[in-house]
Amino acid sequence: MSAWLWIIATLLAVAALGWVFRAGGRWVTGNAPRFRDMSYGEAFGFALAAAALAGGTWLYLQPGAVFFRWAVQGFVIFAVAAYLFRELGRLIGTEGTRKLFRQMPLTAAFGILVILVYSFVAIFAGQISLRTVIIVAVVGMILTEIVRRNTGDAAATGFGGLVFAVNLVFVVMYLVGPIAPHGQEQVFELANVVAGGDPALGGNPDFPLGTDQIGRDILSRLIFGAQNTVGIAFVTTLLAFFLGGTLGLLAATLGGWLDQLLSRGVDVLMAIPSLIFALLLMTIAAVWAPQTGIPLTYFMIVIIAVIDSTRVFRLARAVGINIVVMDYIEAAKLRGEGLGYLVFREILPNATAPLLAEFGLRFCFVFLTIAALSFLGVGIQPPLADWGTMVRDLAAFINYAQFAPMAAVTPLLAAGAIALLTVGVNFVVDWMLQKSSGLKE
Amino acid sequence: MRIILQRLGLGLITLLVVSIVIFVAVNMLPGDFAQVILGQGATEEASAAIRESLELDKSLTARYFSWLGKLLTLDLGTSFAQLNFASNMGGAGTVTVAEQIAPRLGNTLFLAGVTAAIAVPVSVMLGVLAALYRNTPFDRAVNIFSLTSISSPEFFLAYVLILLLAVLNPILQPLSNINSDMSFGEKLEKTLLPALTLTLVVMAHMMRMTRAAIINLLASPYIEMARLKGMSPMRVIVRHALPNALAPIINVIALNLAYLITGVVVVEVVFVYPGIGQLFVDSVKIRDIPVVQACCLIFAAAYILLNLTADILSILSNPRLRHPK
Amino acid sequence: MTEARDLLLKIRDLRIEGRSDEDWFPIINGVDLDLHKGEVLGLIGESGAGKSTIGLAAMGYTRDGVRISGGSVEFDGIDLVNAPARVKRGLLGRRIAYVAQSAAASFNPAHRLIDQHVEAPVQHGVSGRSDSIADGTELYRKLRLPNPDEIGFRYPHQVSGGQLQRAMTAMAMACRPDLIIFDEPTTALDVTTQIEVLAAIRQIVQEFDTAAIYITHDLAVVAQMADRIKVLLRGDEVEEADTRTMLSAPKEDYTKSLWAVRSFERTEKPLAGADEVPVVSVRGVTAAYGDTPVLHDVSFDIHAGRTVAVVGESGSGKSTTARCITGLLPPLEGEVLFNGQVLPADYRKRTKDQLRQAQMIYQMADTALNPRRTIGQIIGRPVQFYSGLHGLRLRDRVNELLDQIELDPDTFYHRLPSELSGGQKQRVGIARALAAEPEFIICDEVTSALDQLVAEGILRLLARLQDELGLSYMFITHDLATVRAIADEVVVMKDGRVVEQGGKTEMFHPPHHAYTDLLLSSVPEMDPDWLDRLLAQRGVDNIGDAAVDKM
Repeated sequence: MSAWLWIIATLLAVAALGWVFRAGGRWVTGNAPRFRDMSYGEAFGFALAAAALAGGTWLYLQPGAVFFRWAVQGFVIFAVAAYLFRELGRLIGTEGTRKLFRQMPLTAAFGILVILVYSFVAIFAGQISLRTVIIVAVVGMILTEIVRRNTGDAAATGFGGLVFAVNLVFVVMYLVGPIAPHGQEQVFELANVVAGGDPALGGNPDFPLGTDQIGRDILSRLIFGAQNTVGIAFVTTLLAFFLGGTLGLLAATLGGWLDQLLSRGVDVLMAIPSLIFALLLMTIAAVWAPQTGIPLTYFMIVIIAVIDSTRVFRLARAVGINIVVMDYIEAAKLRGEGLGYLVFREILPNATAPLLAEFGLRFCFVFLTIAALSFLGVGIQPPLADWGTMVRDLAAFINYAQFAPMAAVTPLLAAGAIALLTVGVNFVVDWMLQKSSGLKE
Repeated sequence: MRIILQRLGLGLITLLVVSIVIFVAVNMLPGDFAQVILGQGATEEASAAIRESLELDKSLTARYFSWLGKLLTLDLGTSFAQLNFASNMGGAGTVTVAEQIAPRLGNTLFLAGVTAAIAVPVSVMLGVLAALYRNTPFDRAVNIFSLTSISSPEFFLAYVLILLLAVLNPILQPLSNINSDMSFGEKLEKTLLPALTLTLVVMAHMMRMTRAAIINLLASPYIEMARLKGMSPMRVIVRHALPNALAPIINVIALNLAYLITGVVVVEVVFVYPGIGQLFVDSVKIRDIPVVQACCLIFAAAYILLNLTADILSILSNPRLRHPK
Repeated sequence: MTEARDLLLKIRDLRIEGRSDEDWFPIINGVDLDLHKGEVLGLIGESGAGKSTIGLAAMGYTRDGVRISGGSVEFDGIDLVNAPARVKRGLLGRRIAYVAQSAAASFNPAHRLIDQHVEAPVQHGVSGRSDSIADGTELYRKLRLPNPDEIGFRYPHQVSGGQLQRAMTAMAMACRPDLIIFDEPTTALDVTTQIEVLAAIRQIVQEFDTAAIYITHDLAVVAQMADRIKVLLRGDEVEEADTRTMLSAPKEDYTKSLWAVRSFERTEKPLAGADEVPVVSVRGVTAAYGDTPVLHDVSFDIHAGRTVAVVGESGSGKSTTARCITGLLPPLEGEVLFNGQVLPADYRKRTKDQLRQAQMIYQMADTALNPRRTIGQIIGRPVQFYSGLHGLRLRDRVNELLDQIELDPDTFYHRLPSELSGGQKQRVGIARALAAEPEFIICDEVTSALDQLVAEGILRLLARLQDELGLSYMFITHDLATVRAIADEVVVMKDGRVVEQGGKTEMFHPPHHAYTDLLLSSVPEMDPDWLDRLLAQRGVDNIGDAAVDKM
């Protein structure tokens, strides 16, 4: 009960502080509008924030608060990294991208940085082959040529610079070698090495994050997890978009019975919660997989893509319908334009912004679904390294938190890796949506 | 009122079609899968019992209607695991799927109820506050916090909470092994941690939608009119914006409650909570078709029911539909 | 009328800025304004002149993204720019009230009219709930709303636009304020409804001796309402004078040009001979959206080189007729003939050449041009599509078209629609129609979203193009001034039927069909005594919706 008393006393103190703050502000500034028109709620908020800050500082200085310190340090490091990244973006690049970075909130800069780092880690987790480097170079050249033909010189130069930078990274990483210290399936004799690399606590400097039950390096598996988990989620989302986007825009443009048929079908599929439906279909796929000889992971990609394409369909159709009622579409129809011209030249260019934002959201959703399936043991199958599976396997370490904080961190690292990417993508999408909605309050 | 009856009918049809989808999906399995599932150790009787329960000798449509007929009398069949167990043990003491599910469904509803009781009022309040103090540091902090918690996988939030509230500071129980003999208080205490995890997940969503729904309306001329009548900012939001934002808010609440009943799966597994989600996952792993089928149908029914409720409530909250011309 | 009275509102050197991206740009550059008790001041100007911004600033209010950067606003001795938020809230609704442009959007859809009416008096502590309900009913009666005892208990969507606008005036009167800001209160209404609202507003303002600022872009309306008129242009005051002086002897060129817009009138071409084959002939068209019948047996002809204006209020079926002609809505009965040939009812069954012959220009240039395509692409596509030109010859043709619509090809070819002004966009819409080299163009309210000066330019352009290229126009409009300016023949529609048709001169002279008469007489004229005369002539109960209902 005394805990409740403490809470009430603190709240009262904060309330008093808020009142004093406002009254003091009015007195000091001679009733400046800032304080004169301040509502009490606002003043209370400031007081509460001050109290939280003070409490946080106190906690930070406590010797036992290891995790809190880590969290604060992590937060500060991320914030600083995002800030530096944004400053960098303001300095280099074309005029357009520099302006973009100038207007960007810190959260979005953080999101873009996270996405870049994840792509980097995912692509270069293992040794890349010479063939990959050459393919990237060729594709880059073709794309630059296309851009040069379709837009002005300034954009082409900017794009060319970007392609060159990407190629440079590929060449350098080809020479440097893989990021991961070990292979994802490589089994060592030392199993259950504790993270932290301190031999006195059962660690091993060769394995900074320790090894799992059968002796695989956790750090390497974390790095390869980026390749597997993110890569599979990305492919799945692409597939879902291809399916749902095409059908949705078609339904919007053509209308009539095709629209009715597709929409009702999607309604039914959406009436089954997606995770549950995925689990049901995975059960069936798990029976089929060994018989057909196709890996279960492929089944999973198709199943989740189909389930998710229903959501894409809804959005694409809604966006499409908003565009189809425009007079310029009517003008094109009355001109006698064909379906292809209508969809690709008139509708699609106007649908890209919302569809791109939706792609980010869908990716997060697919990524989380796959992580959840893996966590439940029916998603990405071993021996592929995957974050969801890792969390499940390492979860028991949490209970050692008080004696060996580093050991408890490993399952959280895998889960945190998932969270970090989705948070990053969501930050970017949030910013994009805010920009396009033009809600300038 | 015709429109409401229409929605009800539509919901019923959807449920029927969903049952067909689930049935067909399950019947896409190869005929001899019982053997595959039970493996080499299966007794002849068990395999026979499973074959019999699947009624493989009949046509697909006949099987569907027989299944549907049993469904209406709440006869959900018997699980394969139970059949196997029974044949090994000599045929006694089998538990039907309905008996297996009933108590677990109760537990899941309890968990969902506790979560909703915390999440709904808090998130609507926070949403209104964020809309009132939009673009202040408070709003931005709430925005970042809610985006983070939406984006995190449930198990991440669950383990962080376990770490903070059960391992480092042993305030709550990390395992939620509740049973029917416990008192309400005891149950509540053990349910609190999973409930908090779910609260974090659904609250962020509801809060953001409440805020967005209100802010969307703030640009409307009638809000400006209210301001120009000299109404206080709080009254503008609560009396003029909120009633018009009800439909989207109700919708998002229903959607999140639906999510609670279905998305609990992961959380139940983390906390070993004896709910329907855990039963579902276990059955998926051992491919226990009757249970999977039944759980799936229950989830879908709950989902449809909640969406239907939301639909009807938002119709009722719309004066245009409540008071036709 | 102009006896010296107490000064109520004093605005000095008011400067207001708005934000776009990160910069603040000026909206109002130092405007002075005086308003005495019981006086009505008309603020007029084109869109972007800052009328509404000044109106709101007079209440000490700015919209989001707008700020007062200098000057003073004094209401009855209270400095509204620097007053505490609480003091300002105490004045708003109680001593200063506001009537918005769209009453349908400005009433909260979730509450009944009377609840919104009593909110200000109850919240400001002016009177109790039951007293203000009784007072509201009385005000409704004064404003001649039907069923005054009952109408307040309806929701906004259950009441028509004109009635809502009067209910909003009643709401503004609820606390008997000293000042009411009317922000284009009749712009969204049909002419026959507008007249009723104008009469009601004027009567009640006079009765309670309330001061008012009346904001509008319509000179004829302001002439009926205001004692004095102030003309604004892009945030600057052009001139201010007594209403009669302003109308009879404007000083500034800009004001004169505004006044002159209404004088543009093309001479009517003689009616086509009976043996001439019309370019477009609509014969007995009946059409419906689903089960809702919209058109009933509509017939008229459009001859080569002529302009036929189709006139009617909203919902009369003007645009639906156009949809039947273009084939977007196949009629249930009847047919559309083009140069004597029957056109297939559905546009999908028409040949490329048939589609080319009939083009359309839309009301909202914003939605008529694809925002993602450049002007060159927008105009070039029909050229390429119908004539197969490409490369340099395509470019030449597009340049030629841009010259025709008086836009510089080098400047505009690579621009996107968002970089153009409203009038320029409408010109691009015209060029796109011309690109198909049609014989016949449907103009659907092409000038109603534009300012009067810009609209006049578009009308002159269309007239010139007609003479040069021998085009036939079907001109859909609700504005009789436009009809007077450009039409050769007029078709009057009401409730999906053709009420009357004939040559322009003939139409503007009596005797008319009763509906045409009402329509014509409801158009305000630039004469301050027009409304008085009309009311004296017809009586208060014989104007607006009341008169329509009697038909």
